Amino acid sequence: MAVEAAAATQKIRWGELEEDDEGDLDFLLPPRVVFGPDENGLKKVVEYRFDDKGNKVKVTTTTRVRKLARARLSKSAIERRSWPKFGDAVHEDVGARLTMVSTEEILLERPRAPGSKAEEPSASGDPLASKSGAVLMVCRTCGKKGDHWTSKCPYKDLAPQAEAFVDRPPTADGSGPSGGAVKGAYVPPSLRSGAVDRVGHDMRRRNDENSVRVTNLSEDTREPDLLELFRTFGPVSRVYVAVDQKTGASRGFGFVNFVHREDAEKAISKLNGYGYDNLILRVEWATPRPN
Amino acid sequence: MRPILMKGHERPLTFLRYNRDGDLLFSCAKDHTPNVWFADNGDRLGTYRGHNGAVWTCDVSRDSSRLITASADQTVKLWDVQSGAELFTFRFDAPARSVEFSIGDGLAVITTDNFMENVPTVQVKRIADDPDDQSEESLLVIVGIRGRITRAVWGPLNKTIITAGEDATIRIWDTETGTCLRQSDPEQGHQKAISSLSKSADWSHFLTGSLDKSAKLWDTRTLTLIKTYVTERPVNAVDISPLLDHVVIGGGQDAMNVTMTDRRAGKFEAKFFHKILQEEIGGVKGHFGPINALAFNPDGRSFSSGGEDGYTAFEKRPKVLG
Repeated sequence: MAVEAAAATQKIRWGELEEDDEGDLDFLLPPRVVFGPDENGLKKVVEYRFDDKGNKVKVTTTTRVRKLARARLSKSAIERRSWPKFGDAVHEDVGARLTMVSTEEILLERPRAPGSKAEEPSASGDPLASKSGAVLMVCRTCGKKGDHWTSKCPYKDLAPQAEAFVDRPPTADGSGPSGGAVKGAYVPPSLRSGAVDRVGHDMRRRNDENSVRVTNLSEDTREPDLLELFRTFGPVSRVYVAVDQKTGASRGFGFVNFVHREDAEKAISKLNGYGYDNLILRVEWATPRPN
Repeated sequence: MRPILMKGHERPLTFLRYNRDGDLLFSCAKDHTPNVWFADNGDRLGTYRGHNGAVWTCDVSRDSSRLITASADQTVKLWDVQSGAELFTFRFDAPARSVEFSIGDGLAVITTDNFMENVPTVQVKRIADDPDDQSEESLLVIVGIRGRITRAVWGPLNKTIITAGEDATIRIWDTETGTCLRQSDPEQGHQKAISSLSKSADWSHFLTGSLDKSAKLWDTRTLTLIKTYVTERPVNAVDISPLLDHVVIGGGQDAMNVTMTDRRAGKFEAKFFHKILQEEIGGVKGHFGPINALAFNPDGRSFSSGGEDGYTAFEKRPKVLG
């Protein structure tokens, strides 16, 4: 208390000191003393100052200090506040961080305006629609649906797709073209915007739909060779040849995805049993993985 | 609004309950150990260790001294809220699903599942003031409901017990005689299993959520259907705002099917509806899985949600609602 009081008296505004010469006499006054607050909340402050005539005056101010709890907290709730922790909470270290404030601003989302609402059901129903082959026109460069083919995409120059996916290792193929997903920090799938999500969908669909497995390939067959062979049947969306990571040699099988299911059927009927290099190709529908 | 995320459970949340003053939040999960949190800052006060199975529901006495929990380990346990000490264990032949203290905390209604050859039951136990006097004997046993009883709650003045369950029917029972007084109309009522039931602040009406993708508001005395709120996904949790004419509905599809469908079809958000106009006010996202539990703070200014993802999110109420 005493220290606090002393600090208060030393704080003399220099502006006042210059204006009236009596200001420096303040140093002669005893320091301000604060008593309490006591159990009744009474606080007494004793101060000394000079009045207009230069007399020393003692000023005692008595105030009641009240601690205002938030009105909604009941007495027992305040008491519970000081309860010691128990159970697993006792040994909780600071680093555990069980309780966090969300880093993300979460807002109450208003339902969409009637105009855009009509659009939503078709968007959510889309995976099914594409499964049945109704919506297949999807641009892989810009992710736009039903507007143009990848080859006619106005943004084609920004992402050199055709060369990229043929030579790129399969792992990069998954994340590379979908540029939107890798931008910035990680965003959980449930919070991604619709556009990014659509790209994610297309990626999966591309791997699953109209996929043709080609086995018994010769060791030196590469993706461009396979593309050359299969593109005659129709637009191909993906070509992949399994490569042994250690030796770099082909493992003798690959996958070709067609944009149209009919093209895939044609390719299977024509190329199954076809002699390629020195081997007889086996071409069939790629069955989805069991998991 | 930045919600507080509380990661105290390793398994999906099953139930959330505020005490009457709204300063403590109790959370139950499938990981056997209910937690208690300070509701204003999300600090964990303690855990109640002792159950050996998933804890389905809990209730806290009006003076916040006792906690009762119903667990799949075929027991219902009474706890001392402050110390986490186990006071008493009721043993059953089947997993206990729902539990609630009566007005005055002198009784508790407990439901047990249909398990092996046991039929589902609703049981009323007397809760003694002194845990040493506590007995396991049931004052009333109601049988005759087919399918699991997901919720059993007290009606006004402890005169009735309201049950809701997998047979999609809501029933009101007389507490004295154990006879069924009223039964919800099968045409108006839910079409699929009822997953949750929540009473309004004055107990005059209550809200049920069902897997038939709707929530319905009922009159507690007459069991007449007042309102229906329709959403696009199965409803797992509902609650009624004590402050405004709002109801909040949470759900999402079955956890089993989440990975098999479009995430946009999942709709893992807590949806606010206007209680009277039945209009959707808005949705609050944040969970990565279906919402299993929802609870409004008794002051009505915040709410909590518990998800299949194991997070309890304590969310400040959005301003637009006020």
